[in-house]
Amino acid sequence: MPAVSSRAPIKDTTCAAPPMRPAGFIRSPAGDGLTDEYFLNMGPQHPSTHGVLRLVLRLDGENILEVVPHLGYVHRGIEKIGENQTYIQNIHLTDRLDYLSAHSNNLCLCLAMEKALDIGVPERGEYIRVMVCELQRIQSHLLWWGVMGMDMGAITAFLYGFKEREPITNIFEEMCGARLTMNFFRPGGSAMDVPDTFIPRVRGVIAHLKPALDEYHTLLSNNVIFQARTKGIGILPAASALAYGCSGPVLRGSGVNLDLRRHFPYSIYDRFDFDIPLGQAGDCYDRYLIRLEEMAQSLRILEQAAAAFPTGPYRSKEKAQYRLPRGSHYAQVETSRGLFGVYIVADGSAKPYRIKYRSPSFANLMVINELVRGHKLADLVAIISTLDLVIPDMDR
Amino acid sequence: MPQPMPPAAFPVTNFLGDLIRAHFAPPMSDLLNGLLAIMALLAVVALTPICLIWLERKVCAHFQARLGPMRVGWHGLMQPLADGIKLLFKEVLKPEGADTFLFFLAPILPATASFLVLTVIPFDHHFQVTDLDAGLLFVIAASGLNIFGVLLAGWASNNKYSLLGGIRSGAQMLSYEISLALIMLLVVLLSGTASLREIVLTQQGTVLDWWICKFPGFGALAFIMFLISSTAELNRGPFDMVEAESELTGGFTTEYSGISFAMFFLAEFVNMFASAALATTFFLGGFLAPRFGLAALDGLLASVPGVLWFFLKSYGVILCFMWFRWTFPRPRVDQLMALEWKIMLPINLGLLTLGGLFLGLGWIAP
Amino acid sequence: MTTPPVRANSRRNTGPGGHLVQRIFRGVISLAQGLRLTMGYLLHPARVVTQQYPENRATLVLPPRFRARLVMVRDAKGQHHCTACGMCEKACPNGTISVLPGQDGSGKKILGKYIYRLLQCTLCNLCVETCPFGAIAMGQDFELAAYDRQALVLVLHEERQGTSS
Repeated sequence: MPAVSSRAPIKDTTCAAPPMRPAGFIRSPAGDGLTDEYFLNMGPQHPSTHGVLRLVLRLDGENILEVVPHLGYVHRGIEKIGENQTYIQNIHLTDRLDYLSAHSNNLCLCLAMEKALDIGVPERGEYIRVMVCELQRIQSHLLWWGVMGMDMGAITAFLYGFKEREPITNIFEEMCGARLTMNFFRPGGSAMDVPDTFIPRVRGVIAHLKPALDEYHTLLSNNVIFQARTKGIGILPAASALAYGCSGPVLRGSGVNLDLRRHFPYSIYDRFDFDIPLGQAGDCYDRYLIRLEEMAQSLRILEQAAAAFPTGPYRSKEKAQYRLPRGSHYAQVETSRGLFGVYIVADGSAKPYRIKYRSPSFANLMVINELVRGHKLADLVAIISTLDLVIPDMDR
Repeated sequence: MPQPMPPAAFPVTNFLGDLIRAHFAPPMSDLLNGLLAIMALLAVVALTPICLIWLERKVCAHFQARLGPMRVGWHGLMQPLADGIKLLFKEVLKPEGADTFLFFLAPILPATASFLVLTVIPFDHHFQVTDLDAGLLFVIAASGLNIFGVLLAGWASNNKYSLLGGIRSGAQMLSYEISLALIMLLVVLLSGTASLREIVLTQQGTVLDWWICKFPGFGALAFIMFLISSTAELNRGPFDMVEAESELTGGFTTEYSGISFAMFFLAEFVNMFASAALATTFFLGGFLAPRFGLAALDGLLASVPGVLWFFLKSYGVILCFMWFRWTFPRPRVDQLMALEWKIMLPINLGLLTLGGLFLGLGWIAP
Repeated sequence: MTTPPVRANSRRNTGPGGHLVQRIFRGVISLAQGLRLTMGYLLHPARVVTQQYPENRATLVLPPRFRARLVMVRDAKGQHHCTACGMCEKACPNGTISVLPGQDGSGKKILGKYIYRLLQCTLCNLCVETCPFGAIAMGQDFELAAYDRQALVLVLHEERQGTSS
């Protein structure tokens, strides 16, 4: 007879018990028994423009007790549609997940295919990949900054952010013809070569954005009202962040040093010299500063890449058909939101049997209850803003 | 004490006034003159939102590196007309269960309040509907109707979120009313009179005689305190969490549409003009032309009618209001209250004390 | 080899700190700097970035690779190069294209009808990349709104425009 283990069951002490049960809310009596809790619906349509996210809040007066997000309002069945598309056709579907990191998403799928089929990428192709992904990161963070300002009440910030995005969008327009849904990368490189104006325009963007970032610090970061609304708000302990699977600036805001570009490098990121901003307090202000600093670091990478931009082919030999071998294949990239992964279960045919996208926004949202504990209604807006959610990424 | 100034010539009003006095006996002639003055003021009240809507949109646009309305008329000058027509044609809804009388009374109150405040403001030497001896007290009293209207709107909407928004807004306005009253008290103390026209007249002389400069160092501080308190009173600028927490509650105006909403909208703009007019009267010399002590320049500046100077200065203050709104993020409600009760109230009390001290020591005189 | 983490949010402590008066003073300075920034934009109308569309249609220049709706490329003689091979139809992810072959006089396969459903097109460019003859291209006509759905089902080989219009 096998010995029965007399060891007590191991308690998970890494974080508090998950506050949400699938059925919905956990009823707990309100503090003094004199006031009632009430429910507030922050409906799928609201001016916070974070997409169609529905949050049902359980409130005790001003204090938030619990947040239950209801997802699925932008569910389009991209993973299911992908089962009927060839791998190349799947690339344009990844554009429509986190549309602010369209290039990075395309890249992730291409990396998975390259890993599975052992396809190499020429030098120029790699440089194009890095530069385009970093431009995309800057563009995404600019939009995030503008929306954050707008949520906090400084509507002018929104316009300034979009104003600075325009040169980058124009680069993409010139390069691949599209401003949002790019469909530019292919396994082995990119669909087409970058035009001759690419490097001069990138240099122009770098020169233009450096003073713009200083403007942003003047307008929001140093502003005492903004600091009062974000410092000490939404503190995320590092253990919780890791336990929930957070990634990107949300994770780094809590001081956890994890950036895929440095620690699990893909493409040629290991050749570039850049810093990884980390937070100290894990509050909204830290997450905010990290994203601004990430923009500065992306500019550094762009400078180095533009200086060393090689000539040569932009894509290795194209195949007529891409049939991934049977088995599962996985690749991950660091998008502006965090860790985006593509997991393919292939059956040897031209179409995937199952393609699954690991969404950074989904994991980042799940930590919302930890963040709002003890905060008021008005802080929820700041917290959601600094999580930098893109709902189509969550819902797929 | 202020030197009496000869009345400037107002051919139109003098002519009309004399005509009426020639044809009617005193009680009737006063009544008719009063009615004419009120109609003129109503014209101002009606035209101000039209100008300010356009100005707000253009100024906002240029702060944001864009153009604003450009299509409706040259550079969008007819845009307020289009907005007004739109609001007029919208259906006026009343929520079920709402108290009809109070629901429709509520928008009228802020508009009335702003109109009442404008009646005592001196637009020029003799361009004032009425010059009450206790004009400033009247202003404070009339401003209270604003708060009343907001609270009533929140209550009468039969909507718990409107109620929350209305109460919150009312609390904000009440708190900042205190700061506002303290600054006004300071001005009364310094100028020795509560009549708004006399307050302007105590600022005669050069630009340095305006209360913003005459109270050395602290005049500017008092002016800024006045601006901040006014911004909060107007539910504007960085203190607009009631309207802007619209992810959750629409504030007290949620249930209003069409002409009722237009009344709130109009009241906000007229109130903005009234606050700017008060700031001009108290700190910037009202309708007095700026004099710099250079004879030729002063002559040129004084040839511009006082009413034009008044509007110029008021619109300068309005520009400041817009500047604040389009630059700053908004604080949280409790931070807003803390600002008033913990920071502004002590500073204003300190200013009042200092004002009294300076007066007592003879360092400044009205 | 991991480089040591960089606490690069050095700006964190530049905000107001210290006792109350100091905090108020530094707070006010920060507000004033923000005000100066926005006033800079008001006073320099040349910094406006918006374009007045549709008044600027005449001077609007789109990059050559801009992906608007699909057009059939025609040479100087007005001939298209489509051989009805159907590769674009297979490459298209959602069935936007239908290539119906026909026959010319000698029984050779030529293009019968080229149907393009603009309603469904995602502008992904895969059809253009796949075409071995360069017969189709994504043009520059982005003003595509129509009042009637049928107007958005286009028959490309019957359009008499030039190349990318």
